[in-house]
Amino acid sequence: MTTTGLLVQENYGSNEDVIAQTVANDAQLDNSGNNQEIRKKPSSTLLSKTWMPVSDNPRYGLWPLFLGTLKVTLISLLFAAPISILAAIYTAVFAKPVVREIIKPVIELLAGFPSVVIGFFALMILATLFQNIFGYASRLNSFVGGIAMGLAAIPVIFTLTEDALTAVPKTYTEASLGLGASRRQTAFYVVLPAAVPGIFAAVVLGVGRIFGETMIALMATGNAAMISMNPFDSVRTLSATIGAEMAEVVFGDTHYSVLFLIGSLLFIFTFILNALAEFYFKNRIIRHYQAKK
Amino acid sequence: MNRNIKDTIVESLTGVSVLLIIFIIVSILAVTIAGGWPNLNWSFLSEFPRDGMTKGGIFPAIIGTAIMTLIMAVAAVPFGVVTAVYLAEYANEKSWFAKTIRFAVKTLAVVPSIIFGLFGLGFFIGFVGKNMDGLLNGGELKWGQPNILWASLTMALLTLPVVIVAVEEAIRTIPREMREASLALGATKWQTIKKVVLPGSVSGILTGTILAVSRGAGEVAPILFTGAAYFLSDLPHSLSDQFMSLGYHIYIMSTQSSDVDATLPIQFATTLVLLLLTFSLNAIAVVLRYKIRKNRK
Repeated sequence: MTTTGLLVQENYGSNEDVIAQTVANDAQLDNSGNNQEIRKKPSSTLLSKTWMPVSDNPRYGLWPLFLGTLKVTLISLLFAAPISILAAIYTAVFAKPVVREIIKPVIELLAGFPSVVIGFFALMILATLFQNIFGYASRLNSFVGGIAMGLAAIPVIFTLTEDALTAVPKTYTEASLGLGASRRQTAFYVVLPAAVPGIFAAVVLGVGRIFGETMIALMATGNAAMISMNPFDSVRTLSATIGAEMAEVVFGDTHYSVLFLIGSLLFIFTFILNALAEFYFKNRIIRHYQAKK
Repeated sequence: MNRNIKDTIVESLTGVSVLLIIFIIVSILAVTIAGGWPNLNWSFLSEFPRDGMTKGGIFPAIIGTAIMTLIMAVAAVPFGVVTAVYLAEYANEKSWFAKTIRFAVKTLAVVPSIIFGLFGLGFFIGFVGKNMDGLLNGGELKWGQPNILWASLTMALLTLPVVIVAVEEAIRTIPREMREASLALGATKWQTIKKVVLPGSVSGILTGTILAVSRGAGEVAPILFTGAAYFLSDLPHSLSDQFMSLGYHIYIMSTQSSDVDATLPIQFATTLVLLLLTFSLNAIAVVLRYKIRKNRK
């Protein structure tokens, strides 16, 4: 078990869980006798459960990064999507025109905040605030990161949802109100269902924004690559991994290639999301109105 | 439940969401201003960092950001304007070529900024730079490493869609009659674009440029490994020098600094400077855009 000792020493992550996990993994590897083989071909560790690129037995397991990204994205979306959609409903349906003209640019201001500023806000204020409220152990974790990334996604989801809601023909609203439905009923049973494809597109693009967010992830999520479903554990996302490690790798090294692989995965994923929003949902919106006419 | 009560509750819920978002925006502003304002003075803006970056100002970061966004704008704006002119004036909306370009522009707008950083590293530094070294410097390392030129060009790619969208929107606001009048007088299409369309969309081009500069000044991920430096004792003198940037400075100071607490005032003040910069640029763009939209009506 000398390798394990070395690994623990070289592990720059301070989180004990990660170390414990590595020890367990190492024991497993020793048992199965795969250790030598993995040493020869580091790329074969891509599907393992440990991300530890800087050690004498490097592991490039993408699972913790995948799960971490998924976890943060989920938290972020659960926070940003409802609040943005509700706010968009208020702005598009309930608010008076004068109020709408104020709300829209103000919320779009949030889109103009550099992500490093939101990350700094999360790091300095939100992290401490949430730790005081919830009393968890690690100050920076997927919850803080998720909320902060949600802040970056809010303007995206809000603006596109608002557009989708205002694009619903006025005749729908008038017909509904004319039949004696209240404004709330009209908004939720007439306008909202008609705008659903557009809102989906908005959420999908919001996911893309969260998924690729780098600076907030680097600053607020704690950056420990570990497999855990606890929202209050530190986490490391795919994009943060690139951001944190790319500057220190050797050009053309395996680590370098793996980071480019992660980059390609990120790109392909956002590409698919964008294509979905652009073609699938847009066609559905058009068909929807045509069918109803 | 009584319908009226339900209506009131649901409507207030949507209103509360709006207020919550506005509250968050105001708190970010308030926190940054409260933390940064006391430390913001002339010497902070005009001095180099001192004592291992624990004291002094952010002068090189401001200048670095300014030069980087300038080179970025020089690269992105002409390219963006040309693309916008093509899309608005020449492209046949139904052709697959125009559709492909439009989709490409939209994709470019949603690609994560870190991917641009990777692209800059792999393409500009690893390919263009390395080959330039091979051809111009006999293999001596000069361009094949991070510098302000590669960082600016990387950022230019990121901000290209911003320029294209703003300019195209402005071009489309120019009334059809003006184009037709020009064409009826015997002007060619190109003359019409040069003398009627482009002069009419100057404010749109300006809006696009301002938005691009604001975006470029705030983004950090693309320059993480294409040119930004932790600390430099001198300003960049040539395109092959590295540079300091405001956003990168905030990131580094708040996460990698040896004594984060001691440098808190500097961090807050730097954040305030960056926020004021992007904020005022965006405000100008909003006003300009509002004017353009008003003209259209």
